[in-house]
Amino acid sequence: MNEKTPFFDELQNPDGTARAPYAGFDDWFQGQDTKHLLKKSQEAETFFRRTGITFNVYGQAEADERLIPFDIVPRVISAAEWGRLKRGIEQRVRAINAFLYDIYHRQEIIRAGRIPKELIAQNDAFLPQMIGVTPPGGVYTHIVGVDLVRTGPDEFFVLEDNARTPSGVSYMLENRETMLQMFPELFSRIKVQEVSDYPMRLRRSLAASAPAMTTGKPVVGILTPGIHNSAYFEHSFLADNMGVELVEGHDCRLVDGRIAMRTTRGYKAIDVLYRRVDDEYLDPLTFNPNSVLGIPGIMDVYRSGGITIANAPGTGIADDKAIYSYMPDIVEFYTGEKAILQNVPTWRCSEPDSLAYVLDHLSELVVKEVHGSGGYGMLVGPAASKKELAAFRKKLTARPGNYIAQPTLALSTVPILTKAGLAPRHVDLRPFVLVSPDKIDITPGGLTRVALKKGSLVVNSSQGGGTKDTWVLGE
Amino acid sequence: MLGKTAGGLFWMFRYLERSENTARLIEAGFRIALTRPDSSADEWASVLDTAGVRGLFDMADRTYDGASVIDFLLRDPANPSSILTSINAARSNARMVRTALTREVWEAVNESWMTLTDTLRRPVREADLPGVLSLIRRQSALVRGSMHGSMLRNDIYDFARLGTFIERADNTARILDVKYYVLLPSFTQIGSSLDNVQWETILRSVAGERAFRWLNGPDINPKGIAEFLILDGRMPRSLKFCMSKISDNLSYLEQDYGVELESLKVAKSQRANIGAGGIDAIFDDGLHEFLTQFLVDMAQLGTLIEQDFRFYG
Repeated sequence: MNEKTPFFDELQNPDGTARAPYAGFDDWFQGQDTKHLLKKSQEAETFFRRTGITFNVYGQAEADERLIPFDIVPRVISAAEWGRLKRGIEQRVRAINAFLYDIYHRQEIIRAGRIPKELIAQNDAFLPQMIGVTPPGGVYTHIVGVDLVRTGPDEFFVLEDNARTPSGVSYMLENRETMLQMFPELFSRIKVQEVSDYPMRLRRSLAASAPAMTTGKPVVGILTPGIHNSAYFEHSFLADNMGVELVEGHDCRLVDGRIAMRTTRGYKAIDVLYRRVDDEYLDPLTFNPNSVLGIPGIMDVYRSGGITIANAPGTGIADDKAIYSYMPDIVEFYTGEKAILQNVPTWRCSEPDSLAYVLDHLSELVVKEVHGSGGYGMLVGPAASKKELAAFRKKLTARPGNYIAQPTLALSTVPILTKAGLAPRHVDLRPFVLVSPDKIDITPGGLTRVALKKGSLVVNSSQGGGTKDTWVLGE
Repeated sequence: MLGKTAGGLFWMFRYLERSENTARLIEAGFRIALTRPDSSADEWASVLDTAGVRGLFDMADRTYDGASVIDFLLRDPANPSSILTSINAARSNARMVRTALTREVWEAVNESWMTLTDTLRRPVREADLPGVLSLIRRQSALVRGSMHGSMLRNDIYDFARLGTFIERADNTARILDVKYYVLLPSFTQIGSSLDNVQWETILRSVAGERAFRWLNGPDINPKGIAEFLILDGRMPRSLKFCMSKISDNLSYLEQDYGVELESLKVAKSQRANIGAGGIDAIFDDGLHEFLTQFLVDMAQLGTLIEQDFRFYG
């Protein structure tokens, strides 16, 4: 049913039969008519547009609200596969929080010589303002999105730890809603674990992280940069589904030593603020003084234990691409165990030997900016033209410290529906992890991003990627 | 609820109401242009006056013909009250207050916005105008209907209604004020065709021609029209009706919040004063003066609501 592919295909065995987790889907799919399914997927697009699930693309005035294409073939993960991933993710997220506490306090890991001091001291993602500050409940990263890729039946790699303000969870939820509406029969045949309670889990997790001084039910709010932000839909979607207020900086101010929001009945103190505003803009009195998106004075309140900020300022040091290559050491240092999830081998271009290797093998490697995101400013060696390679070589030689390089992974594929039937495309996976002082809670599922262009390895929505519903099968 | 959210709801519904009212104004102007081509330039000028954008129109250096005026009112981005601008503003506010809206209401607004921005992408041909205007009214009804059927009757609903009725009262008062002279008893050419046109325009602009006939039969007279649009509590676009609704919604808010509201005090006294002496008293004291004062009162009430509920600070 599916085109042949040299990569590990998650749906289909090399002999053309469906892999076990996809057996139920395959059964159903055999009885479907492609034309009818294509029509259904058009309906899905109309549905998304009407709901307003769009994202804004910076610098594209004429199409300022765009849809992320949705593909109706689900990405399926078995209960056993998920169990392993879950243990690995939990271990990693625990280590990240321990690392953050350490790096802003005694820096034992540097004293122990496990990571170089310059890596922290000269890193923009390290916030000196956080030195010695312990967040309420000791949690730094309340919400983490761990990007995973797969290359074989048991081969999962962590590509990136998103420990600042990971986005995309609204797509996880809306993709499932859409599938439930379009193909209810699939869900009565196949036992798929639920994701729809994520907003309530998030609210519970945030409330459990409230400062000690909170009396009564913790007041939770979401801080958004406003309706022009590319992820505004998600901010309002979450606020709506959590039943909490969606505030902007100008709705809040310092009142009696607390951060309070202006309501129709006066100012009301906020206990936990899930902020979707970057560190730099969070508090003009502490960080960028020109920021109008933040709340003046919030850092003082934070330091005195008057509010929980989720995620804590300064968590970016944990998902920095230069730190990434040390993650296996970090996991081992804080948990005393070997990392369950593998890292992608990484060359740090700041090191002369590595740089020499990378320059020699540029056409085989993926080179990323240390602080970049969204797939911008990266080079995919095998897909680049001679001219692009030469241009990148120049940038790399000029500022080697700004780059890391990784081998081009043979990313697994999951088919998408095209006019010609199913066609394999590369995917990644971002599960969402909630951390509170008492537990780590991982929603069974996540956001599967898919590179819609044949052969492409770039799954970012800003670069022509789409999404799929992600199923974790019941036990 | 956040003060900003209350303000966003208020303005979202003001803009929705405005787009519907503007569509009616265009409809009335268009009808006159078709049936009485001689008086159409004057009529378009007064439509622009009523919409409060004549100055802007003059600056844009356009001529007072139907096509220019209609285009200006429908889709000119330079016109802050054009239907396109209003629907954009309504949707922007809806996005801001999305957490306060049910999914049905949000989808209705979003769909209206998609449909209307698409329809108004290009100038509307004369042949398509009736269809487009009815589409605009239908979209507005869709939002109102989904709100009515799906929203809790709490403070969110109250702010939405306050925006609707303040805008509507303002609109009806303007329509009357622009044409107040044709309603005066001193206006001598009673019975001439000109008057009938003017009266008919007034009624059409508020979609009241049929209701008026039902209530008054064939006996159309200026005093009757003024009374109908100012004092008739059954007419959903009359000043009295709007004032009652404003007072009602403010008193729900007062009960709900358990505080005394300055805006309610003022609204109640305005409601009690309006036409206390009947339509004759209004004419005796001057219709124009009455309407001018009414518009000032509405603006003041808007400001008080804004302050009472901390829309901006």
